[in-house]
Amino acid sequence: MSDRLRNTLLFGVVALLILIVGLIQGANTALLIVNMGLISAVMAIGVNLQWGFAGLFNIGVMGFVALGGLAAVLIAMPPTTEAWAEGGLGVLTALVLGAATVVAAVLVRKLMPKGLPRALAMLAVLVAGFFIYRAVFDPATSAVEAVNPAGTGYLGGLGLPVIIGWPVGGLLAAGAAWLVGKTALGLRSDYLAIATLGIAEIIIAVLKNEDWLSRGVKNVVGLPRPVPYEVDLQANADFVTMAGDAGLDPMVASALVVKVAYAGLFAAVLAVVLILAQLALNSPWGRMMRAIRDNEVAAEAMGKDVTRRHLQIFVLGSAVCGMAGAMMTTLDGQLTPGTYQPLRFTFLIWVMVIVGGSGNNLGAVLGGFLIWFLWVEVEPIGHALMSVITAGMADGSALKTNLLDSAAHMRMLTMGVVLLLVLRFFPRGLIPEK
Amino acid sequence: MDVLNALVAFSNFVLVPGIAYGSQLALGALGVTLVYGILRFSNFAHGDTMAFGTMVVVLVTWAFQGAGISIDPLPTALLAIPFGILVTIAMLLGTDRVVYRFYRAQKVKPVILVIVSMGVMFIMNGIVRLIIGPGDQRFSDGERFIMSARTFKEMTGLDEGLAIKTTQGITVITAIIVVLLLFWFLGRTRTGKSMRAYSDNEDLALLSGINPERVVMVTWIIVAALATIAGTLYGLDKSFKPFVYFQLLLPIFASAIVGGLGSPLGAIAGGYLIAFAEVTITYPLKKVLGYLLPETLAPDGLVQLLSTDYKFAVSFVILLIVLLFKPTGLFDGRAH
Amino acid sequence: MGAPDMSDPYGDRGNKDRSITKDSGAELKPGAYSGTPHEGAAGEPFLIGDAMTGGYGAGPDILHNCTVAVEKGEIAVIVGPNGAGKSTAMKAVFGMLDLHGGDVRLGGTSIAHLTPQARVSEGMAFVPQTQNIFTTMSVEENLEMGAFIRRDDFRDTMAQVYDLFPILKEKRRQKAGELSGGQRQQVAVGRALMTQPKVLMLDEPTAGVSPIVMDELFDRIIEVARTGIPILMVEQNARQALEIADKGYVLVQGANAFSGTGKELLADPEVRKSFLGG
Repeated sequence: MSDRLRNTLLFGVVALLILIVGLIQGANTALLIVNMGLISAVMAIGVNLQWGFAGLFNIGVMGFVALGGLAAVLIAMPPTTEAWAEGGLGVLTALVLGAATVVAAVLVRKLMPKGLPRALAMLAVLVAGFFIYRAVFDPATSAVEAVNPAGTGYLGGLGLPVIIGWPVGGLLAAGAAWLVGKTALGLRSDYLAIATLGIAEIIIAVLKNEDWLSRGVKNVVGLPRPVPYEVDLQANADFVTMAGDAGLDPMVASALVVKVAYAGLFAAVLAVVLILAQLALNSPWGRMMRAIRDNEVAAEAMGKDVTRRHLQIFVLGSAVCGMAGAMMTTLDGQLTPGTYQPLRFTFLIWVMVIVGGSGNNLGAVLGGFLIWFLWVEVEPIGHALMSVITAGMADGSALKTNLLDSAAHMRMLTMGVVLLLVLRFFPRGLIPEK
Repeated sequence: MDVLNALVAFSNFVLVPGIAYGSQLALGALGVTLVYGILRFSNFAHGDTMAFGTMVVVLVTWAFQGAGISIDPLPTALLAIPFGILVTIAMLLGTDRVVYRFYRAQKVKPVILVIVSMGVMFIMNGIVRLIIGPGDQRFSDGERFIMSARTFKEMTGLDEGLAIKTTQGITVITAIIVVLLLFWFLGRTRTGKSMRAYSDNEDLALLSGINPERVVMVTWIIVAALATIAGTLYGLDKSFKPFVYFQLLLPIFASAIVGGLGSPLGAIAGGYLIAFAEVTITYPLKKVLGYLLPETLAPDGLVQLLSTDYKFAVSFVILLIVLLFKPTGLFDGRAH
Repeated sequence: MGAPDMSDPYGDRGNKDRSITKDSGAELKPGAYSGTPHEGAAGEPFLIGDAMTGGYGAGPDILHNCTVAVEKGEIAVIVGPNGAGKSTAMKAVFGMLDLHGGDVRLGGTSIAHLTPQARVSEGMAFVPQTQNIFTTMSVEENLEMGAFIRRDDFRDTMAQVYDLFPILKEKRRQKAGELSGGQRQQVAVGRALMTQPKVLMLDEPTAGVSPIVMDELFDRIIEVARTGIPILMVEQNARQALEIADKGYVLVQGANAFSGTGKELLADPEVRKSFLGG
């Protein structure tokens, strides 16, 4: 069987699975899976760039995804003018002061000779800077957060179209990735894994805590959409007629149209990212990246700046994840920092990449769809299965209840089993690297 | 008097909780560092292994409580720990047999084992949720305090109280016993030495007739014991919630890495370092400073350097600082 | 450095992240044997790698009909120019090369199909050129690990090792990794002696040590040989090695170029001209 045929078949199977869901659970559910599948595929491409092309072990995907979500909020939400008036200046000043402290500490490090005095001077600058920063920052944020805490209590965003938030999400993630990469890849040995694990937790902690920025656990809801609202469609006479012509209830039709519109947008992004990733993979740059991966010593001997290349691809991959994160927040219409969990937003993406095939962009896309499909569908399938198994049991029996409840937790188990089975029997993934 | 009060307040809110938490992290980090040293990979499933072991302990504890078996004033869970360890040993050896051994035989690069451990992590996470659910479980009983704040105040006549919870006392005593046993085992017994030899130089260990499969088996047994004990102590001290155990991965890895991956001594030092940093920086120092500083200088705010939610940030920054100055960690766990 | 090999499904994609994996540096791979073993001729040397032909995996042959051997109570030395396959011949005798021709016999019985570990149990001891001690363990623990397969009391053997290498007794509580180069080699040889081997194999024991230390090490090796243990060793310092050798093998491009007693080889004008610098 040729590779092309095999790949087409694999994608066909996933499409068929989603189609079946459409027939059984309705087009709405199927479209939901498609939409999140598209976003997952973009995330998987991001991780694949890092791991597949360069062997960089990033287990902080969650953090970059969340930063993308923040970007969507900061771009699309209307600014809270009152909050800006109360504490906007203070917050900005504090942030500038904080940045100045770091710059001053770096300067001290650069200008003073190595030794105890330098360490003490740096420490003094940092401690003093921290307290000055807090002195300006705390009252300002309190003021911001005091403004209508139930509704806003944060600075809000720029009120621009949310789609602008997607590339900005990428930029934000890229910036964070640059900082992490500069530090972690610059350490004499590599400590990227633990650094990314840590930074992801920190980013989530910031989003949960800094109410002035992201409303914290109070969540930002009602993000403006890049596509029409269902109610608007239903109010549109033309739309209602068209839906009627198609034999659909306007309510159902509007929900479908909105989701299809999202799918179109996401598919466009995925297509662009995929094409760019493929071009990059086959460009001299991509070949060099893989050469470095396969033999770093030889690449270094040929004068390649390995750390620099690693930093580049790490930033790129993280940017892709950030953009996907912004898309996800847009689709959800809300930013809920409390729901970011490493299992779902870091390790699940890894499962997608490994199952799809490390080093193969098409594989990442396939993995994104397949694993997301399983993630969503394992629960209903498990429930259906348990219903069949427990059909003969008396209603209300402890075992029956327990078995029925257990279906809800089958997800994690399934993901683990799928990952281990693929690693064992298709060690290079479903669509292996060429 | 004020200095004493400040000292007591500091002990009560920072020192005692820090020692207890540090002991728990140290035991967790020891498990991670042993797997790293012998099997050569970072085991992402370790947090969930701790959750699994603790879950068994919780279930056995409930059974004991139901049967009216207790060792009052000590928590019944202590009685259940051996059972938890046994079941966890069986589970880890089973996992090794079904999952890891295949890859060892293939002589795969260790990073593949890291990815494999992700799969194991998902499965264990699922199993724990299936059996006991994702919710919060309380299973501590017995006397709550070794010394309550009131008793302390009455004893000393100070304004500040020093409370020592039973679970804190048990944590520290258990940790000391476990660590002494572990070091005796690694440093004095033939099997323990063979483990160190294998970790140091795999080829030479093979040439010396050390059986790697046996070394790996003993490692998993010890790791099961360490994980169950660490998890149970943490659960007794706080409460048992599977997701929290998963989240302990970061501070545990940070402890192991700060100490120097592969070094048992480093894991312990790292555990306490991370724990104290977390507790100190996220605790409002107002009370302590209030006693120490003259009234005019007494702080207005809480003097909480960072909100408790930033405790991960603390682990991380400590990690970064140590690695900048000592890239191999405080104690180099690897052969030179 | 491994060549890029994407056919390996379990490769590591160049990962060298210390926070997730520990590089073992392990390279011991048992070799496959596809030759025909046969009983040794009467009176042949105690250990003989007989007409060995083979290489690594599917790669080209490195050894061509190469024979090295050591008699009981003797020192045999393998010398030759760089890249002549000296260490490879040693590894072949120890079962770390894929052989498709020839045989390896110990005491007249073929051991060619045995893994290196099994050969240790058969009474062979091997001291690799590098990474030949447990650096994080004390000198005494290194010796204990050498005796790992022994279930009897090995204190006598340890005393003998300490007699041979007095400096080790002095430093027995010190970490082996903290010792000087020459002392580390003594630990390595001492560790190998702890199994009370029937034959001792040394791969360039004097690599990277100063001339004075080298002389001392050779003295120690002679002393070990005097205790009755046959020694087969590879040496870079051909002249000094042949001076102490009962038997010498000069290898060139994986094949025997000259062999004879140490004295004969030292006296051979051709050997002198080509390998001993006149």
